[in-house]
Amino acid sequence: MRVHSRRVRAILRKELREYRHNGFIIWTMAIFPLIFLVQPLVVVFALPASAAGELSHEHLLLYMLGIPALVPAAVAAYAVVGERQQGTLEPVLTTPIRREEFLLGKALAALLPSVAVAYAVYAVFLACVALFARPAVVGALLRGPDLVAQLLFTPLLAGWSIWVGIAISARASDFRVAQQLSILASLPTAVVAALVAFDVLHPTLGLALGLAGALLLGNGLGWQLTAAIFDRERLISG
Amino acid sequence: MSPAGDSAAPALSVEQLSKRFGDRVAFDDISFEVGHGEVFGFLGPNGAGKTTMVRTLGTLLSPSAGTAFISGIPLTPDNGVEIRRRIAIMPESPGLYLRLSVAENLQCFAGLYELPDPDDRIDRALRAVSLADRAHHACGTLSKGLRQRVALARSLLGNPEVLFLDEPTAGLDPVATRDVHQLIATLSRGGVTIFLTTHRLEEAERLCDRVAILNTTLRTIGRPAELREQLFTRTLTVSVLAPLPDPGAVFAGLPAVDGWRQDGPTTYVLSVSEQVVAAPAVTRALVAAGAEVLSISQRHHSLEDVYLELIDHDQEAGQG
Repeated sequence: MRVHSRRVRAILRKELREYRHNGFIIWTMAIFPLIFLVQPLVVVFALPASAAGELSHEHLLLYMLGIPALVPAAVAAYAVVGERQQGTLEPVLTTPIRREEFLLGKALAALLPSVAVAYAVYAVFLACVALFARPAVVGALLRGPDLVAQLLFTPLLAGWSIWVGIAISARASDFRVAQQLSILASLPTAVVAALVAFDVLHPTLGLALGLAGALLLGNGLGWQLTAAIFDRERLISG
Repeated sequence: MSPAGDSAAPALSVEQLSKRFGDRVAFDDISFEVGHGEVFGFLGPNGAGKTTMVRTLGTLLSPSAGTAFISGIPLTPDNGVEIRRRIAIMPESPGLYLRLSVAENLQCFAGLYELPDPDDRIDRALRAVSLADRAHHACGTLSKGLRQRVALARSLLGNPEVLFLDEPTAGLDPVATRDVHQLIATLSRGGVTIFLTTHRLEEAERLCDRVAILNTTLRTIGRPAELREQLFTRTLTVSVLAPLPDPGAVFAGLPAVDGWRQDGPTTYVLSVSEQVVAAPAVTRALVAAGAEVLSISQRHHSLEDVYLELIDHDQEAGQG
């Protein structure tokens, strides 16, 4: 099957335009990152210099991987059921677009702002830490491998959450239910990130590569599986 | 068969097509053909299967049985994209992105149809529905009639060979309705095949070359005038000042008069085979009988009469 990039771009552009005018999406994209930003900042600023040794066993930066694990799921939950509820799905499906192209456009539209928001929050966190935290704490927090992991795992986690969210959205009949289920289904990845952040799961190169491989595979399969459960007939007449 | 369309084939060809949702029959054993450039009306009561037929021919739903060709392309899951390139469907609900402007809505669909010169096509489509000055208005701020016109402009973007219009004038005011009618006539003259579902029988009578009346199964199909001929005998209605003392003697043996019945104290309805022959003979007979004639008129049966006759018959059969 050949993917027509122009049709994918048409959906992507339309989605991004809609996000700009959709207060609910903007609110969703703002509230989760704020929670994930404020809580660790409060902790870091309250830490005395003597806590640096304790911090060196944790990977607090990775705690913020909860943003790409949860935010895109909440946004992607709107993708199909939202269009269905507002009556716009049928006109789109009467055009030559294939379901795989439609879903890819939707996924990219959720991915791009989610990753941008996540990176922006990391940047704010790093800047705040570098400027206002005690020097010993800064040294213990800002570590190269953690930063690399943060940058690499953000799109992988976001992609996985998006496919979970869209898959649920394609089967749900109500947007609110879809959103709750999507966040619930994305919690395990957020929990894994938290376990690594607090050193319950000790991060090693092997673990990182294993998780990255699993997420890459999940993203590829996610697209195919979501397309397989995207039932045009049920969505139109159900 | 290859998905390439056969230009000599009818625009739509449907053979024994059925659609069921579980035990529920949406439509059953439907066959018809629609020629290129024809305006074809698809009429029926609520739940008759009209919208399901449009969705099936538009590849949104798979038929349960039967075959169909759209622009010469067989209706199969593999040909969905190719068929959708050649058709457009305007659903009953406009289905616009209300937060986006008219132009943004159309830009999205121009991309989905991969149009080579989208801005020009959008401009032409908006001018066709007299909305060029509203291009930058948010769709959510438009009236229902204007939204319907935007949906129509969206349907025109891809220059469809077959245009399915599902209740295109539902809820429109008379001026907007007239504009839509004019546009349908213009499109038909330009060779676009129009498949029109509507509840407005006077609309179907005015616009459609042929109509089909559906009530899960196909009840009848033909030109409106032909359907009237098939279902109703031709009649002359005679109104006189005072009741005729012996109407049987007046109307018996007149050329082209097959029978008569009284319809009120001074009105008589005559079944005739040829009105132009019967009317002068009836007039002469009435004058000869000393009757004072108020009027002699032929009764016109509308498409609505045809429709009601068929659907009422179905309902009576269902109750029986």
